Amino acid sequence: MIKSELIARLVEANPHLYQRDVERIVGTVFEEISAALARNERVELRGFGAFSVKRRPARLGRNPRTGEQVHVSEKFAPYYKTGKALRERLNRKKPHAV
Amino acid sequence: MANRTVTRADLAEAVYQEVGLSRNESADLVEAILSEISGSLVSGENVKISSFGSFLVRDKGRRIGRNPKTGEEVSIEPRRVLSFRASQVLKDRINSSLTGGS
Repeated sequence: MIKSELIARLVEANPHLYQRDVERIVGTVFEEISAALARNERVELRGFGAFSVKRRPARLGRNPRTGEQVHVSEKFAPYYKTGKALRERLNRKKPHAV
Repeated sequence: MANRTVTRADLAEAVYQEVGLSRNESADLVEAILSEISGSLVSGENVKISSFGSFLVRDKGRRIGRNPKTGEEVSIEPRRVLSFRASQVLKDRINSSLTGGS
């Protein structure tokens, strides 16, 4: 499922809303999560999962082709941990049941 | 940096401010988004949100693990796990904001 399909499904389930409103709602939700991560804040959506930012310290790396040492500067990587309820649903005996 | 945690209530508030639905309906829509994504993943379908990232369902096979405390061998059964791959746009945004350079 891609974002436009997500929007289409939500429009179908909420016939009283305009498609452009649903587009803004979906956009706002992902924008809020992204903005929080860019502020180094954690986003915790109980049952669904939690987004956080992990710091990768600067290190000396090596160019695998030449063996030359290179400086790799500090980086920040977004991380997602699956929520407990979702992890359990993924592993139900009959995952295709609603 | 005060590291607060953003929750469903914050997402609902943003939708309320941005779109002008009622607070209740804003919260319902946030829930509906999470529920559609979860449903897709549970049915085995990956979810890709452009400029945010992809949620991928992966099958892990059986393997023999070890209880690190007792050293005892245990069989880890096949299971499905999620991995999240952030889009380049999101990675760049986080890095330019937190490292102070782009």
